[in-house]
Amino acid sequence: MKMRIILHLSQENDASQMVFTKSSPWAFLELHQWSYSTEKGHEQREEPTSWPVSGMGAHRFQGLVPDLVHGTYSFLGEGERRGMVFSVLFFLVRRPLSSPWIFHRLLISPSPLSQSLSLSFQICEELYLLAMEPCCIEPQWPADELLMKYQYISDFFIALAYFSIPLELIYFVKKSAVFPYRWVLVQFGAFIVLCGATHLVSLWTFSMHSRTVAIVMTTAKVLTAVVSCATALMLVHIIPDLLSVKTRELFLKNKAAELDREMGLIRTQEETGRHVRMLTHEIRSTLDRHTILKTTLVELGRTLALEECALWMPTRTGLELQLSYTLRHQNPVGFTVPIQLPVINQVFSTNHAVKISPNCPVARLRPLAGKYMPGEVVAVRVPLLHLSNFQINDWPELSTKRYALMVLMLPSDSARQWHVHELELVEVVADQVAVALSHAAILEESMRARDLLMEQNVALDLARREAETAIRARNDFLAVMNHEMRTPMHAMIALSSLLQETELTPEQRLMLETILKSSNLLATLINDVLDLSRLEDGSLQLDVRTFNLHAIFREVLNLIKPIASVKKLVIALNLAPDLPEYAVGDDKRLMQIILNVVGNAVKFSKQGSISITCFIVKAESLRDLRAPECFPVPGDNHFYLRVQVKDSGSGIHPQDIPKVFTKFTHSQSLAAGNSGGSGLGLAICKRFVNLMEGHIWIESEGHGKGCTAIFVVKLGIPESLHESKLPFVPKMTRNHRQTAFPGLKVLIIDDNGVSKMVNKGLLLHLGCDVTTVSSADECLRSVSQEHKVVFMDVSVPGIDIYEVAFQIREKFTRCRERPFIVALTGNTDRVIKENCSRVGMDGVVLKPVSVDKMRSVILDLLEHGAVFEAH
Amino acid sequence: MEMWRQVFQYKESLFREGILDAQFTQLQQLQDESNPDFVAEVVSLFFEDSERLINDLTRALEQKCIDFKKVDAHVHQLKGSSSSVGAQKVKNACITFRNFCDEQNIEACFSCLQLVKQEYLLVKNKLETLLRMEQQILAAGGAIPMIE
Repeated sequence: MKMRIILHLSQENDASQMVFTKSSPWAFLELHQWSYSTEKGHEQREEPTSWPVSGMGAHRFQGLVPDLVHGTYSFLGEGERRGMVFSVLFFLVRRPLSSPWIFHRLLISPSPLSQSLSLSFQICEELYLLAMEPCCIEPQWPADELLMKYQYISDFFIALAYFSIPLELIYFVKKSAVFPYRWVLVQFGAFIVLCGATHLVSLWTFSMHSRTVAIVMTTAKVLTAVVSCATALMLVHIIPDLLSVKTRELFLKNKAAELDREMGLIRTQEETGRHVRMLTHEIRSTLDRHTILKTTLVELGRTLALEECALWMPTRTGLELQLSYTLRHQNPVGFTVPIQLPVINQVFSTNHAVKISPNCPVARLRPLAGKYMPGEVVAVRVPLLHLSNFQINDWPELSTKRYALMVLMLPSDSARQWHVHELELVEVVADQVAVALSHAAILEESMRARDLLMEQNVALDLARREAETAIRARNDFLAVMNHEMRTPMHAMIALSSLLQETELTPEQRLMLETILKSSNLLATLINDVLDLSRLEDGSLQLDVRTFNLHAIFREVLNLIKPIASVKKLVIALNLAPDLPEYAVGDDKRLMQIILNVVGNAVKFSKQGSISITCFIVKAESLRDLRAPECFPVPGDNHFYLRVQVKDSGSGIHPQDIPKVFTKFTHSQSLAAGNSGGSGLGLAICKRFVNLMEGHIWIESEGHGKGCTAIFVVKLGIPESLHESKLPFVPKMTRNHRQTAFPGLKVLIIDDNGVSKMVNKGLLLHLGCDVTTVSSADECLRSVSQEHKVVFMDVSVPGIDIYEVAFQIREKFTRCRERPFIVALTGNTDRVIKENCSRVGMDGVVLKPVSVDKMRSVILDLLEHGAVFEAH
Repeated sequence: MEMWRQVFQYKESLFREGILDAQFTQLQQLQDESNPDFVAEVVSLFFEDSERLINDLTRALEQKCIDFKKVDAHVHQLKGSSSSVGAQKVKNACITFRNFCDEQNIEACFSCLQLVKQEYLLVKNKLETLLRMEQQILAAGGAIPMIE
């Protein structure tokens, strides 16, 4: 930037005229000093002298040289900023020093919007003395051609500039979209135009000008003054606005920066969110605990660019934390940390991520190299939820207080800090991990439970099959033993009794008697055992029929009397008066029970008396019953019979009473009384009593005080007396009842001539019309609708009676008039009964058949359609 | 009267000794006006049957290769007949016989057969005597004593 400043100075005494040349902004100043005398018209010019004045902008002159002929000038320039007010200050030191300072200030103010500061002043070759005022410069000298020319040119250019500037303004403003202050622009434009006009007009004022020009000049100047004042005033209002625009611009910039920041934040957050989602996805994609934890650490490390990430799990005792997983450490074993450290408590007490010191034990995972500054460390708790926490109603309360600790370390020396969103990410991840772990735990539990169940299933299945096998084996064994055991027994007994008939010496007879007695005992025992197994099997069924109750007791009495009289015991039987004469039940087993009980009483009494009392249980006397589980409720067609057998024998210790009913047990005291029985008797009795829906128990006060055996059984009341057939009591056989079967057509299948004849005679005696056949074909041929009953002997060889029965059924299913089919057999095996009923037979009768039995069988058939008893 | 008492005592002894059992009583009960000779018929049929069976048994047991099934069948028949008539001892002997038959014990079978024969002859003897005595009573216009 070149600037030439010409300063015209004037002084009273002396004049120094200098020309400043400024060739570059801070270059140097060339001073040309002229001096001349003030004598009128006399000019003298000295050689110019130049002083380089260099230096930076603010260059103050220091150190006067008083003896200079020339003056020294410096000027203070202000900045090179464009569009600024430029002022030049300079000091003049005039010789002699005693003269006062004179400084002149030249204000150079280029137009504010100009692009360059190329102002040039005309070079004056000759300087004239000017008598000037300190502020303004007024060219009063006569016009100089060159000077004038230059002035003209510059004024012209100024005017040009002045006129072109508004045009530029308008052009650019029109180009730009928005400019709020148009009228300000107008004002400014006017002001500039007028300034330009002023300069233009001043072109004419260099030379002698007329009055018009002066007037125009004045008008222009006045107008310019007005407009510029108006503009100045306007600017007072505008500039704050403009400044506020600036402020707004600043504000917007700030806002934009803020938004940028926020956007940056949001982006970070969104990225974080994405990371979390991905992490969660990774974590949840597996139900394996190790994978979950490892993945967590890896992903966290990646997302947050961590140096180290570690998980401390609580040990079984719950007193320590053990380092379980780390990101970079390969063997995280052995490190444990007590759980009660304050820093750990602090972390566990809140569910936020907590910054902890890198020096605390949980964070000191690697030996620190000295010069590194460890990065910041954050720890967060990971709740370990248990299955039991998931109540149905509440969300898991964290009452277990079992936490694992996750420690995250930023890289050392990175000056990174934990940001809020990173902490949030860590917390979220910790929660997710907790959930994933609990899912994994639940899955493990359920898998384990399922495996356990399967194992148990298998075991149960095996046990069941084994049990079934055992049962089958036992049943087979029993079935075989049933036959196998009885047969030799039978043979033994039969042959011994036969032997007894022969001629024997007394010793031989004695021996034989012993043999017989023993084998009888053994037979009884075997029967008992087999009975008991059948009882336990549940396969024993009571043979229910009507019988004479009183007669049973009398029979028992008769059986016991001989033995009792031998032992000199007195037996008394008391039957209640309201005891019915007939009852419905299993009389054989009932007698077995009574016999057993009374027999025991007799067995264990060495002297004294035995009393048997029987009566019906009334509802009021229920409370008397000592047996708590017995609640007999008499009804319409049944009653409860209570039998008490009191003896004055050795008694039983109250503690032994429960054992009495157990199989095979013998208390020592009982053994003392020459007990010859097995331990089974009372056990069998108990089973029978239970089958009869009753109860049996023993009361005794102790040794030597005797004992009372009591049992209650349920018996039915016979419906009508005339129906009761009593084959048991032989007295009735003498009364030949009116046979109710005149003309009843009956068919007998039997091949044994004798038995055929006997049975035929039987039936003829009963008034039936009998046909006999001895083979299946004959039977099928002869059987017809008229036959009401068909008796078949099962032991007829060559005939499959089941087949015959089946065919008879087949033959008559259409007519519905088929005859009753009854099997005659010598064997009461349950199997035969089952087979017969399976085939559709109506009854099974045991041979040999008596008249009364036959009669009752037929009666049963006719009345009930089936035979109830089998013997 | 003397005769009656004799018959009664005889019958009683038969029952007591176990030669006859209650079945025989049943048979006697079946005999009435419509069937006056029932018992005699049955008994004679029994004798025929038994003799035939015993002969069959003897022959069967004399075979070199004994068919135990057939033996068993015969014994079964005999048992059935004897039990129908009430010949208790014969029946028991048959039961024993059957057991040894199941075991296929030849020696025992032989001895059983002897026993059966023995019993049969005994019961035949006794029954014939009894029936004769009863006939005499009936002829004399009395009633047959029944043993309960």
